[in-house]
Amino acid sequence: MIRIENLSYAIEGKEILRDITLDVPRSGFTALIGPNGAGKSTFLSLIARLEPLQTGSIHIDDLQIGQCSDRDLAQRLSILPQVPDQPPRLAVRELVGFGRYPYNRGRPTSDDGAKVDHALSVLGITDLAQRSLDTLSGGQRQRAQIAMIFAQDADYVLLDEPLNNLDLAGTRTLLVILRNLAEQHGKTVVMVVHDINIASRYADRIIAMKEGRIVRQGAPDEVIDKALLHDVFATDAMVLSSDFGQVVLV
Amino acid sequence: MTTRHTFWAGLIGLTLLSFLSLFIGVIDVSPRDLISDQETFELLVISRFPRTAATLICGSTLAIAGAIMQMLVRNRFVEPMTAGTGQGAALGVLIVTLTMPSASIFTKMTVASLVALASSLGFLAIIRKMPPTQPLLVPLVGLIYGGLIGAAVTFVAYQADLLQYIGVWMNGEFSGVLQGRYELLWIAAGVGALTYLAADQFAIVGLGRATSINLGLNYSQVVLIGLIAFSVVSALTVTTVGMIPFVGLVVPNIVSRLAGDNLRRTLPLVALMGAGLTLICDILGRILRYPFEIPVGTVFGVVGAALFLWLLYRRPQHG
Repeated sequence: MIRIENLSYAIEGKEILRDITLDVPRSGFTALIGPNGAGKSTFLSLIARLEPLQTGSIHIDDLQIGQCSDRDLAQRLSILPQVPDQPPRLAVRELVGFGRYPYNRGRPTSDDGAKVDHALSVLGITDLAQRSLDTLSGGQRQRAQIAMIFAQDADYVLLDEPLNNLDLAGTRTLLVILRNLAEQHGKTVVMVVHDINIASRYADRIIAMKEGRIVRQGAPDEVIDKALLHDVFATDAMVLSSDFGQVVLV
Repeated sequence: MTTRHTFWAGLIGLTLLSFLSLFIGVIDVSPRDLISDQETFELLVISRFPRTAATLICGSTLAIAGAIMQMLVRNRFVEPMTAGTGQGAALGVLIVTLTMPSASIFTKMTVASLVALASSLGFLAIIRKMPPTQPLLVPLVGLIYGGLIGAAVTFVAYQADLLQYIGVWMNGEFSGVLQGRYELLWIAAGVGALTYLAADQFAIVGLGRATSINLGLNYSQVVLIGLIAFSVVSALTVTTVGMIPFVGLVVPNIVSRLAGDNLRRTLPLVALMGAGLTLICDILGRILRYPFEIPVGTVFGVVGAALFLWLLYRRPQHG
């Protein structure tokens, strides 16, 4: 479980997060939604210890952010970073191999090799293993990054808007993979996403943020309604109920 | 051909080149004289061997320094000798020369390393604020930053009537290398070799701060280690033979294009190619206008630029 207590965060005097207390239960696929500037990305980067905490505390099971060792945490929690503008000239297999770094500190064993192969096959990029990242499309690169996270084999996987720059097919493939991570592999997946419909369709749980606070949380059916769109997103859009969940007509 | 094969083939080539380098110079020396003539043997020990060793060490360590800096800064167009580190080292030597004229060479080297490190930190602090969408700003700012420090060095030296001195540090060449005057470079060789232990860390840092932290790396610590490594290498080069530009820029770029960015695999190649190209340029500099010499930096500028253009315009093969 990710346990967040009294978390506040300010940048140059401007409050980004205001006294957030929240439990994200183990396993399942959680979507973090909210309008621009709600503090979603900051929230995620604090959980992933990319920025130092100011007030409040975050626990990943028994590990406390800021207190535990970086290496222990890297085996427990991973974050998918934004894909760099200028991709490195690394073979896909080399990048995915770095996912094992928290375990082997650069001295890979045959077990690590097997885990890397497994990650490549789960992400369906075995045939790209020897290709250099700078020769791949955006979607393929994104999958290579996720294969690295998969090889890292942490219980908690955080993703900050992983769907940017992906086309329809790429988006769907990635979402199916993430669902699969949560369902088949028992991972706890937390994703910041802009598209409410994607959150509604794929997530088990939605957390809605506004102005640095958590305003709603729960199953998609409970959270997504006209009131949410009006209060949180400040827009009047229609919500349709379908067999596949709530659909927002943008 | 795999990276490993390329490396061994290159190493053999480099050994042959080094042997050749021992027998090229104003005084004619042939391997046969070596056994019969005591003077020839002394010439070799006092001048030719030190010169060849210094060239190999400077070439390989400057190339390594460039590769590491490019990873830390995440920009392929920078190198310590043009982005303020080399100029900082020159400033350090100048400060020691002015304030403690009788200081030992070791003191000189230490101060040069510290000022070089401070300059590198300054560069990092400046470019941190730059938009990542404008990668070409970084080398441009580096050139200006290095130019400013270089100008300060020249100004102070002019005021203190030390212009001739700084000419030695600002334009590197190997003709002055003699036994007893280059040995500090072996420290640079040691530092260069040690960086291989952190090759994985540098490669991960090259993927960005978020990826590094995600993989449990102590990001700031690795960056600091890298900074110290390339600052010390630059400072030692500047204090012993002077500034040699382009090696740190051209060599890592060529290797990256041919063999990728996984430093664990490519760093030996970077060192080898740095040593080889620098030695070739020094040999060319010795024979082109025989018996006069062309400074290695000048030759390298021409050869390196030609090689680089060829790489840019041929079809990409990697991947």
